[in-house]
Amino acid sequence: MTTPDAPVRAPALEMRGITKRYPGVTANDHIDLDVRPGEIHALLGENGAGKTTLMNILYGLARPDEGAILLDGQEVNISGPSDAIARGINMVHQHFMLVPVFSIAENILLGEETMAGPIFLDRREARRGIVELGRRFGFEIDPDLRVGSLSVGWQQRVEILKALYRDAKILVLDEPTAVLTPQETEEIFAVLRRLAAEGHSIVFISHKLYEVLEIADRITVIRRGKVVGQRLPAETDEDDLAELMVGRGVQLTVDRGESHPADVAVRLEGLEVKDDRGSIAVRGVDLEVRSGEILGIAGVAGNGQDELVEAIVGLRHAAGGRIGLQGADITHASPRRINEAGVAYVPADRHRFGLVLSFPVADNLVLTDYYRRPYARGFIRNDEAIEATAEERIREYDVRTPSADVRAGTLSGGNQQKLVVARELSRDLKLLVLDQPTRGLDVGSIEFIHRQAIAKRDAGTAILLVSAELDEILELSDRIAVMYRGRIVAVRDGRTADKNEIGLLMATGGEARSPAAAIGPAV
Amino acid sequence: MTAPSSSGSPGRATPLLAQIWAVIALPLISILLALLVGAFVILASQLVLPGGNLDLLLPLTAYAALFQGAFGNFDALVDTLISTTPLVLGGLSVGLAFKAGLFNIGAQGQFLLGALGAVAAGVALAGAPPLVAITVALAAGILAGAFWGFIPGLLKAVSGAHEVVVTIMLNYIAIAVIAAVVGGPLRQQGRPEAITPDVGNAALPVIIGNDGHAGIALAIVAVAVVAFLLFRTTLGFEIRIVGANPDAARYAGMRPRALTILTMSIAGALAGLAGAVVVLGVTHLMTPSFGTTVGFDSIAVALLGRTNPVGIVAAAFLFGALRAGASLMQIKAGIPVELIDVLQATILLFLVANPVLRRAFRLRGVKAGLETTETITKTYAGEVAPR
Repeated sequence: MTTPDAPVRAPALEMRGITKRYPGVTANDHIDLDVRPGEIHALLGENGAGKTTLMNILYGLARPDEGAILLDGQEVNISGPSDAIARGINMVHQHFMLVPVFSIAENILLGEETMAGPIFLDRREARRGIVELGRRFGFEIDPDLRVGSLSVGWQQRVEILKALYRDAKILVLDEPTAVLTPQETEEIFAVLRRLAAEGHSIVFISHKLYEVLEIADRITVIRRGKVVGQRLPAETDEDDLAELMVGRGVQLTVDRGESHPADVAVRLEGLEVKDDRGSIAVRGVDLEVRSGEILGIAGVAGNGQDELVEAIVGLRHAAGGRIGLQGADITHASPRRINEAGVAYVPADRHRFGLVLSFPVADNLVLTDYYRRPYARGFIRNDEAIEATAEERIREYDVRTPSADVRAGTLSGGNQQKLVVARELSRDLKLLVLDQPTRGLDVGSIEFIHRQAIAKRDAGTAILLVSAELDEILELSDRIAVMYRGRIVAVRDGRTADKNEIGLLMATGGEARSPAAAIGPAV
Repeated sequence: MTAPSSSGSPGRATPLLAQIWAVIALPLISILLALLVGAFVILASQLVLPGGNLDLLLPLTAYAALFQGAFGNFDALVDTLISTTPLVLGGLSVGLAFKAGLFNIGAQGQFLLGALGAVAAGVALAGAPPLVAITVALAAGILAGAFWGFIPGLLKAVSGAHEVVVTIMLNYIAIAVIAAVVGGPLRQQGRPEAITPDVGNAALPVIIGNDGHAGIALAIVAVAVVAFLLFRTTLGFEIRIVGANPDAARYAGMRPRALTILTMSIAGALAGLAGAVVVLGVTHLMTPSFGTTVGFDSIAVALLGRTNPVGIVAAAFLFGALRAGASLMQIKAGIPVELIDVLQATILLFLVANPVLRRAFRLRGVKAGLETTETITKTYAGEVAPR
C-alpha cells in the first residue's frame, strides 16, 4: 500500500507538535502523527490517553494550543467539523451520531443531501447510490429501514457508510469494531483494506491489540498525552503494545481458575420474547446457569441476546415461557423486584440504561438502591450515607474521578463502566448479568472488570455473560451457549470449545447455510 | 478523554462568583436586552401615534415609572408581592414538570380549575369559621388543579398521548367549564350579570400592608416544600432521574408511568393553589371571564428560573414587579401595560436563542443554556410513552 520508493510524496495528514492544555491536564503534549496516503495508521492508547482530544483537534472540535496540522503538505486551519468534512476528513464516532427515527438513507444524506432541483431531495437517486456503495464494500442494505430498529452492529455500518458517502480522503474510525463479531470485523477490515488500496488514509483507533496488529500498516502509541512509541506490526506483539500503552506489564488473559458450579441459580424454560417491532426475537430458549459458573452467550449482535437479557432483568415483557430464580418465578416481576431478589445487570448500553450522565457520580452509584437504608430514611435522602458509600466504591473499584460530585458524563468510558460495575457488584448476588461488559474499554479496564467477574463467580454468583466479543466469551466462560436467530443452537464446554466452531455456529446456527444469511438484519 | 471536555466542567473547584455567574449570566443578559428592545418599541410607538412628538427620553421615563410602581413605596412593594405570588406557584408547577421531562402547558387550565374549586368551596362555606372555610377552600383549589393535571398524566402514561397537546386542550375546556359553572350553579341570584357570590370567611387574611394576603406566605412555603421534595426526598430523585433518563429510571426499578401521573398531579396541584390564592386573596369572587395569563406567564417564569425553585422565585419576582409597576407606567408615561407582554416575550426569546447570545457575548463556561429547552425539544421529538 505504501510505496517505500516514493518518499517525496507528502503525508496525507501530518500533525506536528500538537499540544492541548485544559485546566489541570495536558491532554496532548507535543504529539506528532503522520499518515501516508493509502495507509492504515493505528492510534493506540488507554481511555484518557489523549486520542480523542487529538482527533477532536483534527476534526475542528477543539483548537490546539500549539502545533500545526498539514494536509498533503499544506498547513491548514480547521475551523470546525464542516470545514474538516469539506477537506475530506471524516470521523466515525464510537458513540453513534445517528438519528434513530430516520431511515438509513436519511441518516446518510444528513448534511450531504442529494438534491433533485433546489428544494426536494432526490430520494431515489440517493437510495440507489447508498445501496451501490454498500455493495461495493460488501454489505447488502435496505436504505429504508429505520436506524432505531437496527442492532448496534448495523448502526456502526451505517456510520461507516455515511463517511464513505461523503467521499472521505482521511477516515478516522474510533473503536469501529467494538460491537462487531469476528466475521463482521473481517468484513469491515476488508472494506478498510479496499479503501486504503484506493488511496484513502485511515486513522484506526482501537484498544484491541490483535486487531491493530492485523490491520495497521503502522502503529502509534500514546500514553498520558504523549507519543510513547511507534511500531510496525511486523516488529511488535501484543505484550509489547500493552506495556507501551499502560506503562507496565499487563496480564492480557485473566487466569480464571477452576469453577465450582453448585445448584441451578436461574432457569429459563421455553422463554419467548418479542423485540420492539413486535416480532419474536427469542424463540423458546431453555437455559440454566448454576451458582458459581459463568455461562457465556456467543452470538452475532441482533440474534435475540438483548431481548433475552432484558426479559431476565424485567425490562422487557416475556411473551411466553418461564424464568425461575432459585425456584421462584420471576417471569413477570418488575425490575425492582428482580433486583431485590438478587439479580444485578451491567447493561450493554451504559449511556442509555446504566447511568444518568447529567447526574453526579454519587447518585449514579446508588441508582438502584437510593430508596433503601442507609441511603434513605423513609422518604428522605441521606446524603451523607450516599456520599460515604460513593467514596468507598470509588476507592474500592479504582474509579478515576476528581470527586463523587462531578457529573458521571465527565468521566472516561472505562471509568463510567467501572461506576456501573461498582454499583452492581457490591452486594450479595444470586445472578449477575453482564451484557457487553467491556465494550469500548482499554486493556487495563478490561483486565479489572474480568477479574471482578471471576471473583464474583468464585464467591458463588451465577453469571450470564453476553458479548459480541468472541474472545471475551472464550476467555471467561465455563460454558458457552451459541445464540442464533433467537434460539440456543449449541452449548459447549468453555475449556474445550473451538473458536472456529463457535464462530461458524454464530454465523450459521449449525445449519448448512451461507454465512451471509446471519449477518443481515431479519427484514 | 473525557477529562477536560468542557472548560466549565464542575470537576474543579470554581470560585463561587464564577459559579453564580455561570448560572445567571444568560437570564441577566436576556433581561437587559429585552429592556433595550422595549425601549426601541417605546420610541417607535411614538412615531405612529398621531401628533406625537418624539421624546427620546420617554423609555427612561417609562422604566422609571415602572420601577416606582413596583418598588416606589411600601404599598407598591406589597403589590409586587401579590403579583409575584401566583407566578411563583405557577412557575413551580411548570418547573417541577420540566424536571420530570414533562412540558406542562396546562398550568393555565389547572390555575382556572383551582380558582373555580376554591370559589365553589369558599362560597359554600362563606359563613363557616374562617379557619375551616379557608382550609377547605384551599384544599378544594389544590384538588381541582391536581385533577386537571392528573388527566394529561394518566393519558400520557396509559396511551402515550402527548401532555403538550392534552394540556392545551384542557386549557380550553377549563375556560368553558368556568363559564358554565359561574353562569350556572354558582351564579349569584338577583344580579343582572353572571358573577359568583363572595367567598366571605374563606377569604385569606391580610398579613402585610393593606392587602398583602396570606397567599404570599403560602407561596414561600410551597417553594420550600418543592425544593425539599426535589432535592431531599427519594421521590424527588425519581422525578429528576425520569426527566434526565427515563430508560435508566426503568432500569433502576423506578416506575416512569406512575411518576408521570404523580408529577403531573403535583404540578396541577401547585397551579391550582395559585388559582385558589388569587380568588381567595385578591378577587374574592369569580366572573365567567375570570382569567389572567398567570398560567402562561408561569412557563416563562419556569424557563427564566431554570426550573430551579430559587430561580423561579427570582423570575416570578421580576415578572410580578413588571405587572405591578405597569399601571403607574401607563399613567405617568402613557405607555400601555401591554408593553409588559412585549418585555416578557422578548426575555423568553433571548433565552431560547441562547446559543446566539453565547456567541455574541463570548460567554465561555456559562451553563449551556437551559436544560429545559432541551426538555422541550425532547418532548416535541415524538418521544413515545414512558414504559
